Amino acid sequence: MHTFLSRVNAVSAFSLSTLAALTFLCFASTFFINYKAPVTITAANIVLKNVPEYAVSREKNDLGALRFDLSSDLTPLFNWNTKQLFLYLTAEYETPNNKINQVVLWDKIIKRGDASVINLKNQHLKYYFWDDGNGLLGHNNVSLTLSWNIIPIAGTLPTWSGTGSYKLAFPSEYTLGRSY
Amino acid sequence: MLQLDFLDDLRRMNIRQLFYQVLNFAMIVSSALMIWKGLMVVTGSESPIVVVLSGSMEPAFHRGDLLFLTNYDHEPIRAGEIVVFKVEGRDIPIVHRVMKVHEKEDGTVKFLTKGDNNNVDDRGLYANGQAWLNRKDVVGRARGYVPFIGIVTIIMNDYPKFKYAVLAGLGIFVLIHRE
Repeated sequence: MHTFLSRVNAVSAFSLSTLAALTFLCFASTFFINYKAPVTITAANIVLKNVPEYAVSREKNDLGALRFDLSSDLTPLFNWNTKQLFLYLTAEYETPNNKINQVVLWDKIIKRGDASVINLKNQHLKYYFWDDGNGLLGHNNVSLTLSWNIIPIAGTLPTWSGTGSYKLAFPSEYTLGRSY
Repeated sequence: MLQLDFLDDLRRMNIRQLFYQVLNFAMIVSSALMIWKGLMVVTGSESPIVVVLSGSMEPAFHRGDLLFLTNYDHEPIRAGEIVVFKVEGRDIPIVHRVMKVHEKEDGTVKFLTKGDNNNVDDRGLYANGQAWLNRKDVVGRARGYVPFIGIVTIIMNDYPKFKYAVLAGLGIFVLIHRE
């Protein structure tokens, strides 16, 4: 009856089911949490060029560039089931070509234990702001939003946007030359 | 020493009991299949549970983590979410994040992905000449996450002999073990 193997079996089965139950409780206890937070974004040095995006085709597309300031306190987003935040700054706008355009311009990973108050000044974009065509010229309603994808220790992967966005206006003439 | 009592179990079985055991085994296999197919119907995804096979999404997902996917048509693809997609010429689906979305009035959408741990976007991974992914390339979007559990399947795929040994062992156990 009480062989070594049966004891190992009983102990491992019990510890596995306990672990599973605890993991589920961890997920359930954080499922309904609201992950909103206020964000302040401003942009400056906005320039626009019209150059070929060779990764897609030879046609010329609009390429925007800007610097931005960003500040937010993300400490409240961390709880016992938050492993990591994936922050991303999205430009969202409408063009004659496309009803919805979303371009991620910058992102950052904040791991549990890292500094979770963000205060960036005059930050460069991390990714190119290419439009799908020539829709950015003179566009005055491009909204910049900071969003986050919460990576749990176990559970769902919710995506939330910060309250507070910045409305970006592009010049109505292309910048010539190399300068940025 | 290992106890070999279970062989006595087998010896004492009559033909009825043997049938019962075989049917029991078939029941387990078919209910596993039913659960998998049922999940496919409920989630709308051809592969509702996937194991992360690469480190390209670290530190969010590591090798061996388990992801639950859904793939409902009415849910649009949006920047920032994690999708699982297939690329022509590659057998293994890729789990990466959507970085760019362009959606037309009629709902046709093209998007670009990138792994959190990669320095460049995925255009180098796509099929030759492909610059964007479309809705039909998506296997599912990541909805739930459980760490580590999938490492079992990775070990089994890395060591096929181990897989066959485990499967044979479990099969034999179920067949000859008396209820």
